[in-house]
Amino acid sequence: MTDTSLPPQQQSRFNIHRLANPGFFLRFATIIQPWINVSAALCLVIGLVWGLFYSPADWQQGDSVRIMYIHVPMAILASGGYFALAVCALCSLIWKHPLADLAAEEIGPVGAVITALCLITGSLWGKPMWGTWWVWDARLTSVLVLFFLYLGHITLLHAFDDQQKGYKAAAILALVGVFDLPIIKFSVNWWNTLHQPSTFSLTHAPSMSFSMMWPLFFCFAGLALGFIALVCIRLRTAILERQIRHILLNE
Amino acid sequence: MKRKTKRLWITLSAMGSFAIAIILILSAFSSNLVYFKAPSQLINHPTEQGTTIRLGGMVMANSLHYSHKDQTPTAQFKVTDGQAAIEVHYTGILPDLFREGQSVIAIGSLDKNNVFTANEVLAKHDETYMPKEVAEALRKSGKWDPKYGPPPDAQTWDHMTKPK
Repeated sequence: MTDTSLPPQQQSRFNIHRLANPGFFLRFATIIQPWINVSAALCLVIGLVWGLFYSPADWQQGDSVRIMYIHVPMAILASGGYFALAVCALCSLIWKHPLADLAAEEIGPVGAVITALCLITGSLWGKPMWGTWWVWDARLTSVLVLFFLYLGHITLLHAFDDQQKGYKAAAILALVGVFDLPIIKFSVNWWNTLHQPSTFSLTHAPSMSFSMMWPLFFCFAGLALGFIALVCIRLRTAILERQIRHILLNE
Repeated sequence: MKRKTKRLWITLSAMGSFAIAIILILSAFSSNLVYFKAPSQLINHPTEQGTTIRLGGMVMANSLHYSHKDQTPTAQFKVTDGQAAIEVHYTGILPDLFREGQSVIAIGSLDKNNVFTANEVLAKHDETYMPKEVAEALRKSGKWDPKYGPPPDAQTWDHMTKPK
């Protein structure tokens, strides 16, 4: 689908808007996919081995602190994934980008699983440290709401016979739900919660020793790249499926 | 106006008004969204006797002792927020992180002598993550005693843990 009205040198130049073209995205993603996969695996292995075996135990939490290397990246990605979903929703509602609906459809399930894992690892961490699996404080509850938003988004997508209607309704839900993200982020500052305030901030030095921060960074990079890799694979499959359906229908 | 621009404005204004609605709702319910109340809040605004409340604060240094009644130890300690302190009694297993200087949340009720009888005690942990050696070094240098509250700012001890 090359635009023939452009001079050839401009055609070959990389332009971010061209990624919204499914055909171009497919070719681009197929090239970068192995690179994302390999770097995700590499970062995750480095982070996990470093975090689980070579980083020090916490002075008061002991070895239980190692749950952090999974829980914290999951928590960041749960919110980050939903933000990506909302951006897709915005692009779909306003600019009707053909890829945005598909991307939202494919990000949803991955994000829901990540949020569930964040809640589960948090619960497993809470029992030995706090003394409880679950409390209804503002942080925990707002993350649970995020999980239900993901589930609602997936359900709404398939709730209509007309797929376009489903996309539109789900996009509106995604945009409404985006207000849960600042609530999650600032819940620990605005209200008294059992969950501790965040260790990292833009204005303060992190309250974590470097010997724990580095493995955490690698774990986060690995899981974030893994998230991107999964969404990329799913999105490529979805585009191909759609193209096949198109061909079959035209026959 | 182009249709795209129109859609942009409709979406943005819908989101803007929705944001205002959420801010209003949250600020109206703010006092109900807190998970626990501090001792000074409880003393200044006493609740009806016998209602279940969650009391949160730091376990006061040198306030923890045990009394034995029918061979079950009851922990007695004071919870403080720096302005007021409330005596808490609790019979049962305390969480591992429970100690003097730790932030805790006690769930129970206040009696007329202002003694809080807890039927559950949860330990909070602060946002600081540091290895044992650093905590030990800080304690030895006299910069910090865990009994009196959370550790000092990370900037003061970060240099002790350069990655090997």
